[in-house]
Amino acid sequence: MAADSGHFEKKSADTGDQGIPTSSLPDIIFMLLIFFMVSTVMRETNVKVKTSLPQAESLEKIEQKRLISYIYIGPKKQNVKGSGQTGVQVDDALIQDVSNVQGIMQRQIEEEPRLIVSFKVDQQAESGILRDVEQQLRDANALRINYASNQENQGG
Amino acid sequence: MASLLDKRDDEREEGEINTAGLADISFLLLIFFLITTTFDTDTGIGMTLPPPLPENQQPPPVKDRNMLKVLINARGQVLIEEEASSMEDISREVKTHVLNRGKNPEYSQTPDDALVSIKTDRSTSYKMYINALDEVKATYNEIYNKHAKEQGFESYQAYKESLGPDEDDMIREKIPLNISIAEPSSRGGGGEGGSSS
Repeated sequence: MAADSGHFEKKSADTGDQGIPTSSLPDIIFMLLIFFMVSTVMRETNVKVKTSLPQAESLEKIEQKRLISYIYIGPKKQNVKGSGQTGVQVDDALIQDVSNVQGIMQRQIEEEPRLIVSFKVDQQAESGILRDVEQQLRDANALRINYASNQENQGG
Repeated sequence: MASLLDKRDDEREEGEINTAGLADISFLLLIFFLITTTFDTDTGIGMTLPPPLPENQQPPPVKDRNMLKVLINARGQVLIEEEASSMEDISREVKTHVLNRGKNPEYSQTPDDALVSIKTDRSTSYKMYINALDEVKATYNEIYNKHAKEQGFESYQAYKESLGPDEDDMIREKIPLNISIAEPSSRGGGGEGGSSS
């Protein structure tokens, strides 16, 4: 018995400083970190117009987020000058005159010929403004467009 | 002097960077990226605008019978081929129009020639316009699905996935999705678009 207990004591004394080895923890975390860094698309957009998107059934997904350029059309938000009026925003800036869209888009299409323009238009916005912007896009040769809309609820 | 230096060296343990905090730092970064990552994909109705017409050139003529005219006014009332209808009628009308194959002289000659024209007023709400466009697209998808099923595929999506990179989408080639978008008093008769994918 005494010999046995002595044996046990020795064993526990040997492995007394037990703990989970954490030396590879940073590596694992770094792996995860790199994954999220790669999959994150950083885009600072400050949307200055209100857009509540319409709902639709036959939707397509755009996988290549990097190709998308957004155009927002809707009533301007409260803190913006002239709020309530319909505003057009391309990516990050409010456009004063719709005829400026052509120039902006021309520059973008030169950088990225596969550009997709995604329209985020408020449900209540008048489609006349959308037509004007579309004409500008045609003139700029930015022909791939997408009307952003949400999935319609099946229940009604 | 030399002995003092020696002593110092002896006292020093082997230099090592403390890596205990590394995990914490990377955890912090990880959490930051976890929060900022959004995996939601953008969904929407894809279209391709027609290229700009050269100056003084008229858009190509389209036979009246091949064009299904859908008009939506500012109040959201729908007019299909000069007849008062509703949003729900669009699907049925489009289907008869596209799959007419020359039988009825009122509708299209071939699915290839068939064209759906959506005209809206300038003050028509965007919602109404998207609804109409969605109806037309959904109808076409229905037709595509039917054709794909006849060829033994589960759906049009499955058929598209089965195609090689050099193979043409035969279903789509036979029944192209032609939508013309215009406003009654726009320049050049407005645009014409098809789905992009």
